[in-house]
Amino acid sequence: MNLFKDLWRDNRFKISFTILCILLVYGGLSFFSPYDPTLWHEVPRDLPPSSEHLLGTESRGIDIFWEASFAVRNSFIIALIAGIISRMIAVPVAMLAGYKGGMTDRVMMFISDSFLVIPLFLILVMLTLLVRESMNLVTLGLLLAIFGWAWDARVIRSEILSLREREFTRTAILSGTGTLRMAMNEYLPFVMPLVFATLINVMSWAIGLEITLAILGLTNLDIPTLGTMIFWALSYQAALLGYWWWLLTPVILSILLFTSLYWLSSSISEYLDPRSRIQRVGA
Amino acid sequence: MNDTILSTEGLKAFYVLEVYGEQKVVKAVNEVELDIRENEIYGIAGESGCGKSTLLKALAAVIEPPLRLISGKVIYHVDDKTVDVSTLDSETLRRLRWDFISYVPQGSMSVLNPVKRLKDTYQDFIISHLEGKSREEAFTLARQHIAELGLPPQVMDSYPHQLSGGMRQRVTIALAALLEPNIIIADEPTTALDVVVQRGVVQLLRDIQQKLNNTIILVTHDMGVHANVADRIGIMYAGKMVEEASSEVIFGEPLHPYTQYLINSLPVFGDKSPRESVPGSPPSLIDLPTGCAFHPRCPYVMDICKTKTPDYITARPNHKVACWLIEEDGDGKSA
Amino acid sequence: MEKVLNVEHLSKVYSIGSITSRVRITAVDDISFTIRPGEIFALAGESGCGKTTTAKMVLGFEKPTAGTIEHKGQVSGENDKVWLTEGVQAIFQDPFGTFNPLRTVDRYFFETVQNYNLADNKEGAIELIDQKLRSVGLTYKEFAGKYPSEFSGGQLQRISIARALLTDPTLLIADEPVSMVDASLRMSIVNLFNKLRTELGMSVLYITHDLATAYYVCDRIAIMFRGNIVEMGSVEEVLMHPKHPYTQLLRESIPEADPARRWVGRVNLNETEEEEYLRKGCKFAGRCPVAMDVCKQKPPADIAVGDVLVKCYQFAEDMVPEHA
Repeated sequence: MNLFKDLWRDNRFKISFTILCILLVYGGLSFFSPYDPTLWHEVPRDLPPSSEHLLGTESRGIDIFWEASFAVRNSFIIALIAGIISRMIAVPVAMLAGYKGGMTDRVMMFISDSFLVIPLFLILVMLTLLVRESMNLVTLGLLLAIFGWAWDARVIRSEILSLREREFTRTAILSGTGTLRMAMNEYLPFVMPLVFATLINVMSWAIGLEITLAILGLTNLDIPTLGTMIFWALSYQAALLGYWWWLLTPVILSILLFTSLYWLSSSISEYLDPRSRIQRVGA
Repeated sequence: MNDTILSTEGLKAFYVLEVYGEQKVVKAVNEVELDIRENEIYGIAGESGCGKSTLLKALAAVIEPPLRLISGKVIYHVDDKTVDVSTLDSETLRRLRWDFISYVPQGSMSVLNPVKRLKDTYQDFIISHLEGKSREEAFTLARQHIAELGLPPQVMDSYPHQLSGGMRQRVTIALAALLEPNIIIADEPTTALDVVVQRGVVQLLRDIQQKLNNTIILVTHDMGVHANVADRIGIMYAGKMVEEASSEVIFGEPLHPYTQYLINSLPVFGDKSPRESVPGSPPSLIDLPTGCAFHPRCPYVMDICKTKTPDYITARPNHKVACWLIEEDGDGKSA
Repeated sequence: MEKVLNVEHLSKVYSIGSITSRVRITAVDDISFTIRPGEIFALAGESGCGKTTTAKMVLGFEKPTAGTIEHKGQVSGENDKVWLTEGVQAIFQDPFGTFNPLRTVDRYFFETVQNYNLADNKEGAIELIDQKLRSVGLTYKEFAGKYPSEFSGGQLQRISIARALLTDPTLLIADEPVSMVDASLRMSIVNLFNKLRTELGMSVLYITHDLATAYYVCDRIAIMFRGNIVEMGSVEEVLMHPKHPYTQLLRESIPEADPARRWVGRVNLNETEEEEYLRKGCKFAGRCPVAMDVCKQKPPADIAVGDVLVKCYQFAEDMVPEHA
């Protein structure tokens, strides 16, 4: 695949892609975990890293290496749900608003603006408190998705607005093409890079927000995620007691995840800029 | 009179592109011989993608990758001395530029700084090129220059985007003429302008030429503009010059079949007889036909045209052409 | 008389600027014209004269502020879908912008065939497409599966015409179809209009700034200036014996391909478009060599001079009572 080969020349892409792959594999390892991460006292407590427990164990008697693999997997799942569902809201909204214009546009953009100006964090805190009992990976992902589409809808809409003024839009109208096909056939190829780049952005935003909410103890703390791992480490005073492996593992994993997602998104969006893309199709 | 001021010898300038690791060579300027004289307006005509803009870049010595000078020379005749441009260091070139030769690229926006008022652009330009001028003096000079060329003085207070396309183009050309260069090169200065505005631009070019008695090299695909302003015209096809003569001769008795098509395809007022375009499409400069590049479109094509490239010969006095149909002027036949 | 297109008192007003300093620009100012079957009609003028806005309104891409556009008894805006399928098609200025650069060109053809039910199956569609392509000098084989960038501008413009022909329109609207095509290839497009007219009886609304090709191919012409039609009549009359001072200036400013007939005299360019649009009287009064006092106060009416309509006070005096 040429696209991948070209991207591979970019060092940022090379590094971030490798790290992400390693993290994904690590998350996948959780399926082969010898322990259930929700059960306490499976292993001896507070052991530093050793050949038996690669990243040590924590005060609840859980093996950190295997717990973290679950955490990575779950954080990924939350991020993916948030990212994909929010794209499923943002793209149709943006296309409808941008292409139809007029009243539709104003209503859609009023809604998205409302989502942008409300104090997101406070609302999230309230909502998580309300649904805390039934909170799982999916509900958290959905909750984040509801707040993660508005800005991207605006970005995509402005792209559609400019596409609408291009002559090929008129050719398509004269060819009898309806709204839906116009959006799918004519515009989607142009906004795909944008959708993809914003997807990655929203994923890292969701991971970050999950960590924040978890540290505040607002999510379901039985499910191991990067956030809840930090929460437990903090609440057992891991730093104070010198159990550095407990705290550092989720923190370093989060940092790796953030930076690699950020680099991935910036290198891809730079590369997939429609202008350079057209040049390549034309070459 | 009629001394050469700029000439080329076997000039070859190609774009060398790397696409997916595969090398592509665009033969934009392919063995061009030019001999441009002092005090004339020289027009270069041809279809889009025939290499005429690239030729101008080579003449103005603004060759930047992926464009490469493959072989041949561009020669400036500066104060009775001949200079091979490729041997000059960048400092000498910088001094020659604007002072000896100025180049107005296509799309005048790129010359004018979009975030500066025109008077600032002019002042900066004057101060950096004429030593010992104060800002006041520079401003007076700029105003005077603008007024002399018949442009409204209030444009000096505008930003480039506030001006109409035609005004911007004229201001850019005026800037190029500021240091009274011996040569002004203008790339498609009238393209995308309305006819009345176009006329204004041509008027300005003619005014400048008359005032400075210098040389203007004008590239446009609009034969009407050439007829109106050029003293001599060179016709370019697929990276080569195929014909060159005075405007009267090019329009009156063109020899090359391509030129004939080009002239005959132009609609004329008061004549509704059917006119034909040049058949086919211009060839790709990446993959040129063998022999004469025009042979696939030529109605008079012969066997030799398909295999051998015709030489660029002097067919009549002051009339050069590259076509197997035309023989060299041996006995001085009248044109 | 039968009319393919009947435009009456069409106006379009745009408000520009901020809320505090709003300026209303009448881009199209009460224009009327008709196109007859098998006629090539030119709407000519410089950029910003309103000709493209008129085309957009005729195609239904813009809503008129006032006036009606009628095609075969159908009034525009009443039923958008019918309006277009009934046989008005269009081609545009930029051949490279006409088709999406990320899609193959043939997709537009198949979509047109499918959306208007022009063929029963794929074979039928290909046959129809091939037939239309052949009428513009191309074939299905040399075009299938290619992206716009693989064609030259002239080819794309012909492909664009072929696509428009799929629905067998009675009126083709061509918005500056040759301005971005090489002069050497323009005739191949313009000649096509003539061919379509003689072979299919199609009418063409040819919108252009190029008076020379308009003269060559059109029957009648309307010259627009700042939203008004200032002169309208047969190309022979309007372009060979222009009456309105603006038509005269325009006609004179066209560079003729003859070094013996170079421009003499100078042009005055120092008025801005906005100034002219906001002028109360005749919009050309600021540049007109024969402007009178009345020109600056009240816009002139259309005055019939022979078969030509002219918007100029020069012809007003004793003509008004008879014709107006």
